[in-house]
Amino acid sequence: MIRQEFSRIEPKRKANVDHRKKQFAVPAYKELSYPTRLNFYTVPPTADITLEQFEQWAIDRLRVLAELEACSIRNKTPAETAAHMKPILDKYLPLASSTSSSSAIQAERQKDHYSHFILRLAFASTEDLRRRFSRVETQLFRLRFQGDDVRERQAFVESLNLDWETVGEEEKRLYAAELVAAGGGYPKRLDEESWFKVDWERVPELVESRRVFLKAGKAYVPGREQLSMVVAEFTNRLDKALEMTSRALPRLDEDDRLTPILAHLSQNFTTPDASYNSSSSSLPGADISARNIDALSSSFPLCMQNLHRSLRRDAHLKHFGRLQYGLFLKGIGLSLEESLVFWRTSFNKITDDAFNKEYRYNVRHSYGDVGGDSNRRGNGYTPFSCQKILTERPPGPGDSHGCPYRHFSVDNLTNLLQAVGVKDHKVLQGVKEDKEKQKFHLACNRVFEYAHQQEIKKVRDNGTWGAAQLETIVHPNEYFKRSYLLKNLDKNPAGTETGSRDSDVKMEG
Amino acid sequence: MPHSVVSQDSPDLMPDMDATTNEPNPVEGLNRESQESDAVDQDMTMAEAGIEGQDIPAPESTPVVKQEIKLEDLFADYESDEEFPSSHVNAVKDESSPEAPPSPESNGFALGASDQDVMREFYKRLFPWRNLFQWLNHSPTPTNDFGHREFAFTLQNDAYLRYQSFATSDLLRKDVLRLMPSRFEIGPVYSTNPRDRKTLVKSSAFKPIAKELCFDIDLTDYDDIRTCCDKANICIKCWQFITMAVKVVDVALREDFGFKHILWVYSGRRGAHAWVCDKKARQMDDQKRRAIAGYLEVIKGGAQGGKRVNVKRPLHPHVARSLDILKQHFQSDILENQDPWESDEQFDRLLQLLPDKSLNESLRKKWSSVPGRASKSKWADIDALAKTSKGLDTKALLEAKQDVVLEYTYPRLDIEVSKKLNHLLKSPFVVHPKTGRVCVPIDTRKLEAFDPLEVPTVTELLEEIDQWSAPEGDSDGKKLQDWEKTSLRPYIEYFRSFCLSLMKDEKGVSIKRERDVGDAMEF
Repeated sequence: MIRQEFSRIEPKRKANVDHRKKQFAVPAYKELSYPTRLNFYTVPPTADITLEQFEQWAIDRLRVLAELEACSIRNKTPAETAAHMKPILDKYLPLASSTSSSSAIQAERQKDHYSHFILRLAFASTEDLRRRFSRVETQLFRLRFQGDDVRERQAFVESLNLDWETVGEEEKRLYAAELVAAGGGYPKRLDEESWFKVDWERVPELVESRRVFLKAGKAYVPGREQLSMVVAEFTNRLDKALEMTSRALPRLDEDDRLTPILAHLSQNFTTPDASYNSSSSSLPGADISARNIDALSSSFPLCMQNLHRSLRRDAHLKHFGRLQYGLFLKGIGLSLEESLVFWRTSFNKITDDAFNKEYRYNVRHSYGDVGGDSNRRGNGYTPFSCQKILTERPPGPGDSHGCPYRHFSVDNLTNLLQAVGVKDHKVLQGVKEDKEKQKFHLACNRVFEYAHQQEIKKVRDNGTWGAAQLETIVHPNEYFKRSYLLKNLDKNPAGTETGSRDSDVKMEG
Repeated sequence: MPHSVVSQDSPDLMPDMDATTNEPNPVEGLNRESQESDAVDQDMTMAEAGIEGQDIPAPESTPVVKQEIKLEDLFADYESDEEFPSSHVNAVKDESSPEAPPSPESNGFALGASDQDVMREFYKRLFPWRNLFQWLNHSPTPTNDFGHREFAFTLQNDAYLRYQSFATSDLLRKDVLRLMPSRFEIGPVYSTNPRDRKTLVKSSAFKPIAKELCFDIDLTDYDDIRTCCDKANICIKCWQFITMAVKVVDVALREDFGFKHILWVYSGRRGAHAWVCDKKARQMDDQKRRAIAGYLEVIKGGAQGGKRVNVKRPLHPHVARSLDILKQHFQSDILENQDPWESDEQFDRLLQLLPDKSLNESLRKKWSSVPGRASKSKWADIDALAKTSKGLDTKALLEAKQDVVLEYTYPRLDIEVSKKLNHLLKSPFVVHPKTGRVCVPIDTRKLEAFDPLEVPTVTELLEEIDQWSAPEGDSDGKKLQDWEKTSLRPYIEYFRSFCLSLMKDEKGVSIKRERDVGDAMEF
């Protein structure tokens, strides 16, 4: 009788089982080492970490990134940002240089590496999050790159294997005048600097600001611009990697350990800028209607007052003016119907027909009344923040949008301020200084405080408004809301809570 | 037609209208996209059902305007459609549009019902469909470069029909003749056929991948410095602004960026478009387009921003070269022809741009005492007075003067057009609905000779065909195409040679690549 035991593999064959059939084989990866302090994050981490580490590391990095983003929103200079970030980086994400004797070097670098990849997962899902993540990660990289010591930085750059062609002596002399002119007059002597020659597409930011000499599609990059080339390369790779991650992301759907953590992380990535939401903007008892806009406009921030004045003067606004102003009005609670009435009556030089054809659709689109699925579901567009107004689409000829503090010349700004009733010499001087220092928020808040000085004193004195409610304004709609509440204190004695600012406070924790 | 009423009532709207209609995606979606897509869907289903030639339902926001064409007319077209246009169509023309619309010379040219026939004749007999195909296809046989390219039609009732695409130029021609758009625009090449975009499982699979790098220069942007005309009006004097702009941009694109195939096109009224067609340019993403736009942008900010030229010293080679080109124009085209600082108010603006207070005072005194002193003399006064005043920072004055020259001559580009891959731009050779002029390419070798007011209008061209008679003794020669009988001929020939050289370059690349592969195989 031969008894066969199917479950048993003959000892001789045992070793030859195809590795793919070994059901629970443990994948063995090469142990990662971190020779340099900086990291391009090309290789994903492979070792095991605990769930607690997973969450904690991610939160630590998120703190750093949120703080970094806040710096850029407040228009801090690179030096101020570096000073501000140093203690935060040391606390949450220390990264010692290779020369330091710290024993924790590898652990620190591992944490940096892992946390980066965890956040990649958390922020790959939408275009918007990807863009923000890539932006702040680039800032962080730039900050660290600048803080790195020269030798280590050189080693790092060499390890990247970027193919840059060095410009020979002969060519250097041939284009000497152009090279120096493109460098803004530097270097004084030609042999003090070396140049790389690369396809211009690789250094778009240098091209955009005309900081390099271009010849037949090649950019001649001076050595000191290395930073921006390395940073451009970093952003480039990160963007591509994020795109890939987002494509792979659906495979995580089944997972119930990581997904909640990741979702939680991305939700918490809010900034003061984004904290404005329409639900908190409603003003009980306020008459927000088309015919009341003129009266309300005294509570508008300067950018919107300027738009309003242009609109009344010309009976017209150009596209981005309509967008900026229209969304602001939407944000203060003007309904779609009222908005249509407002624009129709404001554009009083055109026929109904022209209005219907040229403008009605855009107004409705911005309210999400028409348009694609996502537009309707999202109720159209959100009002622009100061950040957006300051950084995107500077006004061109005939435009009235933008931020007067930034886009006006000092004289025109002063005229405008005087026209809206800011006549105090000290305030105007302060605004001028703020503008010179590029602190546009401060200028705007300075004017706000001047215009509401009595009311602010009152609420401060009787303690109805806390410090959080008098924080720097970084959104035109917040400006209006606060202004409106202050001017109508007697009507709303309760001093309704202004905006929910918890989220960003938490992030800054 | 409501459209023409609008334009006459409020001409000041025109610049803006152009801007918005050309803008496919002002801020991610405040566009007409969905309104069109509805229309497209309708269109497609109707086509499937075999009811061709029905007019497209107008979007809800615009009043429905019934097209004044009978269905039979359209079907009649299909008969003669197959033939390539030739002179024998004269018979048809006699019955369709014997009386040409009144004086197309005036701005009053607007496409009314009777002009539909004019447009039909134009599309049928004069429009260079084949060359357009070659231009966008980059190869003699149909490829996705053409097939996946978006076309957008502006219909007679002002409905805007996006995401049209065609496998060949014949199909495009056929659809244009069916829908009779007053104009059409060209968008990017998409990763899949734009008509199939709704059938895709993942919407991310539909995205723009290539388009020519485009520039748009419009004379309305010069309104604060041109004195001869304003708004939609132009004359040969202010056209010089465009001439200068073309020179500066063209040389920068060729020398600095190394592009070769740059097509300049008259926009039909008061501006010019550039299409940079090199393969490298077509495949650029938005960031690179933004970089080029930023590189070329020197005049920043609106009229409120004060000084608008802020360039670093020493001047970047591009700015220095541009200044060299523009200096020559400044004397004749600005100081003499525009005379921009004639009145007190006007020269105030000049003084604002100059740095030295005491010099400004003496200049003001001098100029106020002689009202109407020519700008050229005023410009010379600056240097003359500067010599006599002591302690003057001559370097600052020179730089300020350079800035003034730049502010008055440097190209003012509508930068938004260049920044985005998915921006639509009016096709060359379409007719501008308001002026009736054909958007002809501008030969940069004869740039100075180009006069926008001499660009032929549709009606003139059709008359030219009628008046044409074969030269003596040449009667048995090769039959001429209709366009060869008109003043459109040099423009089409230029366009054709442009397309051929573009195709040659594209072909060169692919052959080379094949040979490389072959070599590799041998080893």
